[in-house]
Amino acid sequence: MKRLLPLFWLLVIATVPLWLRDQYFLHVTITTAIFIIAAMSLNLLLGYTGQLSLGHVAFFGIGAYASALTTLGFNVELPGGFAIVHTPWPAVAGFVIGVIVAGLSGYAIGKLSFKVRGAYFVIVTISFAEVTRLVALNWVELTQGPLALTNIPPYTLWIPGIGEYEFWNKTAYYYLVAVVGLLAYVIIKRLVNSRIGRAMIALKENESLASSVGIDVTRYLVLAAVVSAAMAGAAGSLYAHYVKIIDPDIFLFIYTVTMVIMVITGGKGTLAGPIVGGVIFGFMPVIVRSFAAPAVQWILYGALMIVIVFVLPRGIVPAIERWAANWRRSRGASDAVVLAGPKVREE
Amino acid sequence: MTAQADIVLSIEHVAVHFGGLIAIFDLNFEVREGEIVGLIGPNGAGKTTAFNVITGFLKPTSGHVRYRATSLSGLKPHEIAKLGLVRTFQRTSVFQNNSVFQNVLIGLHDRGRSTLWDTLLALPRESRSEQELVHDAHEILRLVGLEQRTSELAGTLPYGEQRLLGIALALAAKPSMLLLDEPVSGMNASETARCMKLVERIRGSGVTILLVEHDMPMVMKVSDRVVVLNYGRIIAEGPPAAIQNDPEVIRAYLGQGKKRA
Repeated sequence: MKRLLPLFWLLVIATVPLWLRDQYFLHVTITTAIFIIAAMSLNLLLGYTGQLSLGHVAFFGIGAYASALTTLGFNVELPGGFAIVHTPWPAVAGFVIGVIVAGLSGYAIGKLSFKVRGAYFVIVTISFAEVTRLVALNWVELTQGPLALTNIPPYTLWIPGIGEYEFWNKTAYYYLVAVVGLLAYVIIKRLVNSRIGRAMIALKENESLASSVGIDVTRYLVLAAVVSAAMAGAAGSLYAHYVKIIDPDIFLFIYTVTMVIMVITGGKGTLAGPIVGGVIFGFMPVIVRSFAAPAVQWILYGALMIVIVFVLPRGIVPAIERWAANWRRSRGASDAVVLAGPKVREE
Repeated sequence: MTAQADIVLSIEHVAVHFGGLIAIFDLNFEVREGEIVGLIGPNGAGKTTAFNVITGFLKPTSGHVRYRATSLSGLKPHEIAKLGLVRTFQRTSVFQNNSVFQNVLIGLHDRGRSTLWDTLLALPRESRSEQELVHDAHEILRLVGLEQRTSELAGTLPYGEQRLLGIALALAAKPSMLLLDEPVSGMNASETARCMKLVERIRGSGVTILLVEHDMPMVMKVSDRVVVLNYGRIIAEGPPAAIQNDPEVIRAYLGQGKKRA
């Protein structure tokens, strides 16, 4: 049973384009999946180290812009007669650069958080996102400002047996996003189930106690910030090369809020939480739109969020886990005796 | 025996001022290899402040601390812990929302040998290292007598057992010297006796111990030497028997009595 469940989900993910024939719904699935990757990256910071990054969309946007600019090329004049000219690179290089640049900005924010925690960390991250938005809006020479970066080319990959392949149709793009998403999931899963993850959880729970047993608290905070930001950058790049146009609105606060809602309702600090929350709040606007007026849509959206947080304050996934545990106990199964040792590495 | 042993921890002219308040006036004492030293004094005497200075959680206003010839000035708590000088806490001594077993695994952090890449790529060293940690964790829990509690949440344990888990957590960090902040507070008589045995056994394994405690019978029984602190200065120092009869100490605890009049 335990072994079959991941296989089942893999099968579901792999077959989505086969039973979801509607192109519009496939489009929604792709954008939702991209946002789920971003939410998973936020969860690493919020759920495991306990730091709320309310500017998480900055890393997403930086990844998107860095990737798009690498692919489109740019020509920027600097004071003193210097100029930086960048000729277009392949989109895949853009992806890598996007991840690296986002990761570096995560490093900077992580280092800052050495000094500030809690509410101050939240303020630092909000300001950071706002500053990046203003840069994107006003550095017209580089980013085209409000005119947006357009005609962002799709990824091309060399695939054995097929040769050079351009990701322009939705089904192919879906699989690309799914692969990146799975990779992100595996990275987070390995991290949090290792001693690195335990160090992160320890610093969330009790920083003094963690450092008293020799855990370098700052180091693990910075590590979490870098991995989280790089992953959000990857999602941003996927987004840019999918919608093919990005403007400074990508840095809007509402996108961060969306990610936070996905993580909190799904269950922060759980591996499946951001996915469950992401699926609900990614698809809900589309489903509600089919029967409700625009004003009602947002009321329903807000109401659902409040109901979930009110009824299940720790999120959907922890609640399901608890019900499952109770159900198993009530059946009085002999496997109720859980050995603590092996439990550490499964889950 | 203790007279010949090497000095492992020396506190030299340490003073701590919080604004105008002087928490520690001028603290000087030493702990020798393999000793159990009790640090006692009335509430507010500066015992926990001294602990915080020694373990790097608080910068002294002046003076410094030396551990095995290394100056601890400017070192962060986790760096001091890596030197083998590990403490427990009076309150919030465990990770409440994690299982007992997870707690000890967290404490074992520094014994892990896997790197970030081992973890991400699931290399064999990762699982080998984890297996060793799991083995060590069971061993430590057996030592403190919590092996029946492994899967319980630390926060749900009775208070006395939480204290024991706090010690287990510190032991996991492989201390060469252990600083125990009120280990038996909140314990009943039988738990206290059990804890005293544990402290003796830890010392038996070669760990030097500095102990802050209010339970006088416990301190007097377990310590080789007692340092008495009052209003931020040492008012007496010596073997337990001498301390118990020291007029200065009695005055600090019980007040001046008739003489005052």
